[in-house]
Amino acid sequence: MGKWSRRGFISAGVIAGGGLIVGIAIRPGNRAAKLSDPVTADGETLLHIWLKLDRNNIVTAIVPHSEMGQGIGTALAQMLADELEADWNLVKFEEAPATSEFANYTLLKGMISDGGADLPDFVLPSVDGILIRTAQAIDLQITGGSSSIRATGAYGMRIAGAAVKEMLKTAAAEAWQVPANEIIARDSQLFHQASGRIEPFATFIDAAAEMTPPASPRLKKSDEFKIMGRHVERHDIPSKVDGTATFALDVRVDNMLYATVMRAPTFGGGIKAIDDSQTRAMKGVVDIIQLPPAQVSTMIGSYSYADSIAVVAEGYWQAKQGIDSLNIEWRETENDAVSSESIFQQFDRDIGAKVDREHDVSEGNLDDAMASAAQIIEADYRVPYLAHMCMEPLNATAAVKDGQCEIWVGCQNPLGFRQAVANALGFDIENVTLHNCFMGGGFGRKSRADFAIQAALIAAKVARPVQLIWSREEEVRQDFYRPAVQSRFRAALDANGNLTAWENTYVDKHEPVEAPLIPYAVTARDIGHVSSPTHIPFGAWRSVAHSQHCFFTESFIDEVAAAAGQDPYEYRAARLEHRPRQLAVLQKVAKAADWGRPLASGRGRGISLQESFGSIVAQVVEVSIIDGQVKVDRVVAAVDAGFAVSPDGLTAQIESGIVYGLTAALYGEITIENGAVKEGSFDSYQMLRMPAMPKIETHIINSGNAMGGAGEPGTPPIAPALTNAIYNATGQRIRQLPVKNIDLQALT
Amino acid sequence: MSQITVNGTQQILQVDPSTPLLWVLREQLNLTGTKFGCGQSYCGACTVHVNGVATLSCITPLSAVDGQSISTIEGLAPSPDQLHPLQQAWIDEQVPQCGYCQSGQLMRAADLLANNPSPSDADIDGAMAGNICRCGMYGRIRKAIKAAAGVQQFDPSLANQAKGLANG
Repeated sequence: MGKWSRRGFISAGVIAGGGLIVGIAIRPGNRAAKLSDPVTADGETLLHIWLKLDRNNIVTAIVPHSEMGQGIGTALAQMLADELEADWNLVKFEEAPATSEFANYTLLKGMISDGGADLPDFVLPSVDGILIRTAQAIDLQITGGSSSIRATGAYGMRIAGAAVKEMLKTAAAEAWQVPANEIIARDSQLFHQASGRIEPFATFIDAAAEMTPPASPRLKKSDEFKIMGRHVERHDIPSKVDGTATFALDVRVDNMLYATVMRAPTFGGGIKAIDDSQTRAMKGVVDIIQLPPAQVSTMIGSYSYADSIAVVAEGYWQAKQGIDSLNIEWRETENDAVSSESIFQQFDRDIGAKVDREHDVSEGNLDDAMASAAQIIEADYRVPYLAHMCMEPLNATAAVKDGQCEIWVGCQNPLGFRQAVANALGFDIENVTLHNCFMGGGFGRKSRADFAIQAALIAAKVARPVQLIWSREEEVRQDFYRPAVQSRFRAALDANGNLTAWENTYVDKHEPVEAPLIPYAVTARDIGHVSSPTHIPFGAWRSVAHSQHCFFTESFIDEVAAAAGQDPYEYRAARLEHRPRQLAVLQKVAKAADWGRPLASGRGRGISLQESFGSIVAQVVEVSIIDGQVKVDRVVAAVDAGFAVSPDGLTAQIESGIVYGLTAALYGEITIENGAVKEGSFDSYQMLRMPAMPKIETHIINSGNAMGGAGEPGTPPIAPALTNAIYNATGQRIRQLPVKNIDLQALT
Repeated sequence: MSQITVNGTQQILQVDPSTPLLWVLREQLNLTGTKFGCGQSYCGACTVHVNGVATLSCITPLSAVDGQSISTIEGLAPSPDQLHPLQQAWIDEQVPQCGYCQSGQLMRAADLLANNPSPSDADIDGAMAGNICRCGMYGRIRKAIKAAAGVQQFDPSLANQAKGLANG
């Protein structure tokens, strides 16, 4: 970490209208090359603005992340306001514009380095492996990886707040001619008790703007927090109950047309021939456009998609009627015979052949442990492809005129989208303006810019503003899916049931790399993967590889415990002595769920544990088996995210993550037939609905460790906790999801 | 030519009468609070009231509501400076996450309470089953409906604990 020189410094200045701004200045030579390139002369800086303080004493936190339901603006503003000692009623936040000055990369590389601010010990360990990898990979303004609080909050918002507080105190000390250490900041005001002086922060804007902010502002210890850790109402909620919140779909531009699109159902296919004569004659249809295939390269990987057809009309309904009326002959592809069945046959073959198997971990002597085992158990697990199913269908509104593009979208990666749109149009990025709107769900899908590119190309062709809206069926059939995975296990137990060997081979390595690793003590372990590519496009899906691997590993450790004849909770706990945080979370959930209490016949209880994105979550599920179907009665979760900045926000994210994962475990299945996706909408791709909603109880542990993520860690443990509970109730071990495909019989 | 009343205002429309009400509201009248989720009646995001009855606007052609009275999320509050009790409960319980489905959830819940002022859990399940929330906030929606209705909150886990205590 120390190898990065710290060329980013906190800076201050006055903006138009007389407010104080504070941010991080980028000087020439900063290793964040994309940011320092525009800075050529000494003394010239780019500002990475975090905070504004205006003449009316209003503090604005500027948040470089996108709102997709996680309440991130509110939580980050809490972090800033607390360090600043601001009055929460005088705090607002804005989402940062999509310009490179707000890239989180600078923050990570500039601030997580030698020197830097005086960070308390509990913050420092959050510079963990995943965060550094994220920093290396991401030079974009991405909301993902559950990183907002861990990175932006801990290293940006808090430092900015603390630095400004010190500057204001110094300015007041000079004005009042008293020692700075006698001045107290509280509720957006400064006090000096001995002289009885009180002034609002805003009084000292001009003096503070002249100062060099402190390089090492003192950050609060957790027992000094006043706003962090407190329940505050989210800023965005009032507009979401009266219909005024503006999602991308709600954008209205003068003279706007509407469009919808379709790609070949078979991935990699395309348009061979098209008869659009009937469609062109339809009332309201303005144009029919063929859009080219594309390969989009970004710092976090590349993706491609086939050509598509767009129908542009006066309204969406007419565009949709139009596209449904087209007579299209699709090209044949080499994948026209591929099915889910053939894909899993391929996975099975490749895992068995172990060709070019690469190790994730190899420790101890696996062969010896297997040879001396009292018992060896083996199992194969599988999960299908999954779609994201955001409530708001993919859409983007674009206007292209005179070499300029303006685009309105709800996305998880505004800078990446801006660059992708610029590349597609052949424009310089400076000529693309992106307005990021509220997202009606993201879950990873809205990090891919394909729909924004389509909107821009259509708008350029028709020379009028266009709102492109995907149909639900197009969204289901042209996703970047959670990958299907097969995972094979072999474990050795000694005569006392101790776990002596753990062998695991699965197909295709995805981020985060640590997802398949188990926390439990084992004598020898060998975890590795083989490559088994398919033609199905894949992408990030809430919690990424953790959602599949946690199902596999936490199910198989349950099998191991059963083979040892031991209680699944006790068996796990006995193997976590070296992981006190994990053990504490597991114990907490077991106690809260009343683990030992016997259940009635036909009911079952299951447990699981996973660390992901810096947070540790354990869950206990209680189920009933009724007429061959499972009913989830209760989910108890315990979470250690270090410190809960917004306890209700964390609770809501855990609840949401559980329902997202539970929906997938119970019902989620994208089926491949003839190289294409069979499902089309919510009728064939089922969602969890109100009648199936279990009671969820979330218990938070503030351990004082590094702050972890919230948006994703609730998702991984739910699938294995569910299927382990079903095993407890039925004796049936579920090794393939979704559960809906399995006829369940309760033990009598 | 069609005529409908939306949130108390009469609207004369020159639109193909087969157009679903959803798109008339969103595109002709710029009432964008009503959302498109699937266009096929599966998700409930487009729920509005037609003559006070919760209706899926995505599958309701304009011709089917000619001359009738429509209310949308923009018309749910009784006045500009007063929220509907459900809207206030939604804020109090911090229900929305992404918020996209909430117009439909609120319109459906308002229909429920108008007909059943003290709904049971089963009543809520029945009424709300057509409305999907991908953020999974069903537990908070249930709680908010009960809060707005002034219904006793029933917590199954507490009941189980009480049973456990009673059993010794």
